Amino acid sequence: MPSHLEAQESPYIVTYDHYLEEPGNLEIEYFSTLGTQRGGNDFHAGWLELEYGATAWWTTELYLDGQTTFKDSTVFTGFRWENRFRLLQHEHFINPVFYIEYEQISEADKIVKEVEGHDVESDHAVPNAISRQGHNHELELKLLLSSNYKGWNFAVNPLATKNLLPSIPWEFGYAMGASRPLALKASAQKCNFCRENFVAGVELYGGLGDTVSSGLHDTSQYLAPAVAWNLPSGWTFRVSPGFGLNDNSHRLLMRWGVSREFSGFGQTVGKLFGGRR
Amino acid sequence: MRATLALAISLLGATLVLAQVEQPVAGKGSEQRHDYAELSKAPDKARMRRNPIEGDANGVAAGRKLFEQHCAECHGATGEGGKKAPSLSAREIQEATPGTLFWLLTNGVVRRGMPVWSKLPEAQRWQLVMYLRTLRMETPTDSTPKTEAK
Repeated sequence: MPSHLEAQESPYIVTYDHYLEEPGNLEIEYFSTLGTQRGGNDFHAGWLELEYGATAWWTTELYLDGQTTFKDSTVFTGFRWENRFRLLQHEHFINPVFYIEYEQISEADKIVKEVEGHDVESDHAVPNAISRQGHNHELELKLLLSSNYKGWNFAVNPLATKNLLPSIPWEFGYAMGASRPLALKASAQKCNFCRENFVAGVELYGGLGDTVSSGLHDTSQYLAPAVAWNLPSGWTFRVSPGFGLNDNSHRLLMRWGVSREFSGFGQTVGKLFGGRR
Repeated sequence: MRATLALAISLLGATLVLAQVEQPVAGKGSEQRHDYAELSKAPDKARMRRNPIEGDANGVAAGRKLFEQHCAECHGATGEGGKKAPSLSAREIQEATPGTLFWLLTNGVVRRGMPVWSKLPEAQRWQLVMYLRTLRMETPTDSTPKTEAK
């Protein structure tokens, strides 16, 4: 059976650094977003991530999204299939990773995993019965740029999204983050509350318009402090309150997540399929 | 209906990926050879780098803890090597400079399945190097090849 590993996860929830899942490992993650909504009902959106390290340079990930809008209903809103490819073999001052994702989600999706184009708070005020009728098939591309300096990680992720309907323009957005463990040296003893188990950081993310009308107008922008707690038992907990920076943004996106990494998953599945292991 | 179909196709694709992807296991058959050639790729500047926390009294113990958490799964509980990764008691490792080991930890051997470990802060990578250098060096009779190295 697969066993657990102690994760060394960043606190980011929206931003990506350049680290991929270790080969053969499966990470199961659940994230939750509690969002305030002006002109509508507050909501809770959740997503499950199954992240698998196919190789040391390729990670593939399946997302399943859903949401509950208070005083309305609970709906499954779709899935995403994400792939990340490390572009350079060795570490450099800036490390690029190519990201490509296919998503098939309804317009009721509220996880706000990224902000793109002219995404604004009022998009989420529509009742589920109406919004779930609309479906988006999108291709999302990101360039994940990440750098380490004196214990800090800095990451910048420009993104471009194309709805597969030809009439809808390319949409753009960004996410960036900085983080650092609370201690750089490890202590000699296994411990839950050692400072090195905590990583603190901050994220900034938002939309940049589309090919018809680019820029920061009619978009939403968020600033989100974030903390990750990596436990020796293999669990990681994250908490991140995101604050809207303009009138088009939700005032608060309160996020938390829990994840656990399992090693040897690829070998176990390979044996089931009679693979050469 | 289309959504269900697409989801099913994606899950099938993911399953095929899981089943088909070549894991970073060793070469073919039992006649596998260690290959520590990646060590020779360390630049001179990295090779000569000194451990800035060499005198740290807790360095080896902390390095051992980090090894158990991040390395033992592939390299074995005492660094003896396993199906996925080579022995760290080998002469090539034990005779490498601290700077060379630090460079290898930082950069990994991505094409052979060893991830980069720069996600660990520099001080923790140096603590790992301190622990690696306490592993007993294999004698020639110990070194029956088990895997192809990374």
